[in-house]
Amino acid sequence: MSSNRVVHALYDDDDVLLSAVKTIRSEKHHIEEVYTPFPVHGLDKALGLEDTRIAIMAFIYGCIGLCVAVAMMNFIMIEDWPQNIGGKPSFSYLENMPAFVPIMFEMTVFFAAHLMVLTFYMRSKLWPFKKAENPNPLTTDDKFLVEIELHDDEKALTSLLEKSGAIDISIIEKQE
Amino acid sequence: MENPMMYTFPNKLRNLAIAFMVVGFLGLTYGFLTAPATIEESKAMVATHDAGHGDNHGDTSSAAHETTSAHQEDTHGAEESDHNAAASHGEGHDAEHDEHVFHQLANKPWAAIYAAAFFFFMISLGVLAFYAIQRAAQAGWSPVLYRVMEGITAYLLPGGIIVIVLLALSSMHLNHLFIWMDPEVVAHDKLIAGKTGYLNTPFFLARAVFFLAGWSLYRFFSRKFSLAQDESKDISNHKKNFRISAGFLVFYIVTESIMAWDWIMSIDPHWFSTLFGWYVFASMFVSGITAIALITIYLKSKGYLEFVNDSHIHDLGKFMFGISIFWTYLWFSQFMLIWYSNIPEEVTYFITRIEDYNLPFFGMVVMNFIFPLLILMNSDYKRINYFIVMAGIVILLGHYMDVFNMIMPSAVGDQWFIGAAEIGGFLFFLGLFVFVVFKELTKAPLLAKGDPYMGESERFHY
Repeated sequence: MSSNRVVHALYDDDDVLLSAVKTIRSEKHHIEEVYTPFPVHGLDKALGLEDTRIAIMAFIYGCIGLCVAVAMMNFIMIEDWPQNIGGKPSFSYLENMPAFVPIMFEMTVFFAAHLMVLTFYMRSKLWPFKKAENPNPLTTDDKFLVEIELHDDEKALTSLLEKSGAIDISIIEKQE
Repeated sequence: MENPMMYTFPNKLRNLAIAFMVVGFLGLTYGFLTAPATIEESKAMVATHDAGHGDNHGDTSSAAHETTSAHQEDTHGAEESDHNAAASHGEGHDAEHDEHVFHQLANKPWAAIYAAAFFFFMISLGVLAFYAIQRAAQAGWSPVLYRVMEGITAYLLPGGIIVIVLLALSSMHLNHLFIWMDPEVVAHDKLIAGKTGYLNTPFFLARAVFFLAGWSLYRFFSRKFSLAQDESKDISNHKKNFRISAGFLVFYIVTESIMAWDWIMSIDPHWFSTLFGWYVFASMFVSGITAIALITIYLKSKGYLEFVNDSHIHDLGKFMFGISIFWTYLWFSQFMLIWYSNIPEEVTYFITRIEDYNLPFFGMVVMNFIFPLLILMNSDYKRINYFIVMAGIVILLGHYMDVFNMIMPSAVGDQWFIGAAEIGGFLFFLGLFVFVVFKELTKAPLLAKGDPYMGESERFHY
């Protein structure tokens, strides 16, 4: 099991952070988490994170939205209360389809967008009134924090972090 | 390859382009020679055609009936009253019909050459607009592609001159593509007569020359400044290019719209659509971007453009994807409003296309929308050349079909088929396009090295 001691290294520039992350990882240290005030372009690749699968879910959610729209309008406009659409009383879904396309499109987007947000919240374990997890409030302002697992190489790691441009390094005992 | 920055036009490609032109020319010649010269010839052709293709005809038109029966029921009333009026002419009606079909068949090779000429011209005009947007936006990602774009826009002037010559030939009554050019027709048509203030031959041709002159002037100076920037120490040429590009875009969006009304919409002078200019713009824009992507990938596969990386291709792929959807949005907006309101003088446009052009009309939506949507949706696929090439070829053919669907129904009615003249026209202008574009690519280094954004563009990554 990993030790319960971690190093918090603070950076004040995203470019410095990005190169620091690359050096830390190349020295075989394990980065637990990086806290940033804004999304840093390329950080996910530098951290070696797996690609997100949310795009696949977005496609599936969109398809669900499309199906819901078709089923809904078929029931409302054709079956339950047949409507004369645009002076063309054909009472067929297919022949009235041009009129339904905007709704089909909107529902596709609606489902994809909302379900994607919900998925994102669930996967990031976020919910309303959740207490913030970031260890240093400066990361909500203009500083970047890298949390690294600490074993018995305290000195080597600290000097590596200093060299990489960290403005502050602290060692934290985690309470389990 | 001695110098990877300078392109040499390989003999193989040159010969292929010339072969396309020769084959295309033969196809066109065949098309013109077999077009009927008299009403009697046309009657004989229609008779043999109907005998040979009777069965097929029945099938396709019944398929059309199924999808469009909603339209038919409504427009039937209007058509019937027309027919009753015509019936009072008695025998005169038959002769009129024969003459009508004769004009359509005589128009066919002209419409075929015109559609192909316009399509390839439209690609270079679309690229010119894309290029001007990159310049005016001071885009950082695209300068590595400037020389490819400049190569494609070299076709603007020759391609435009050919289109204008075809328009001039129409105005000399060599064909009946533009029926409003015929004073006989205008005399008996109140609607067209009301439009003669705008739709008259001298003004029409003057507009065409003015538009092409404006676009070519921008192209000439932009290319000049771009080449001068390669050698210069300061960025004054770059700034000049920025300014004329912004100016050109204003000129372009107005003239492009008017060009679309003039050169395409006026083939059907009774019909009008207010977003037609935008619709043609979307078509030329996506075709142009696709052409940039295909030529870039081709040059890369030959060892040139090693400074173009996957991310540039990815961005072109995003544009192909996005503008394909934009095109569909406009296509559908135009279709839905007209379908919904069902006003006879508007809806005839789509009834002709759905009844007589069912396969090309809906096939084009599959090629221009559904196929690129599904193929290019995945981010990773946009970085794989094979997918871009496959999607690109389908998009280009799809937009040729789009131009075909805009021009043919009004010019030849239900007398269409993809024959020697259509394929010949396409091949001829494809050959000419490749010849002119690749010839231009040899004339300057493939890297516009003086561009102040070149460093950013070369480092560009996603």
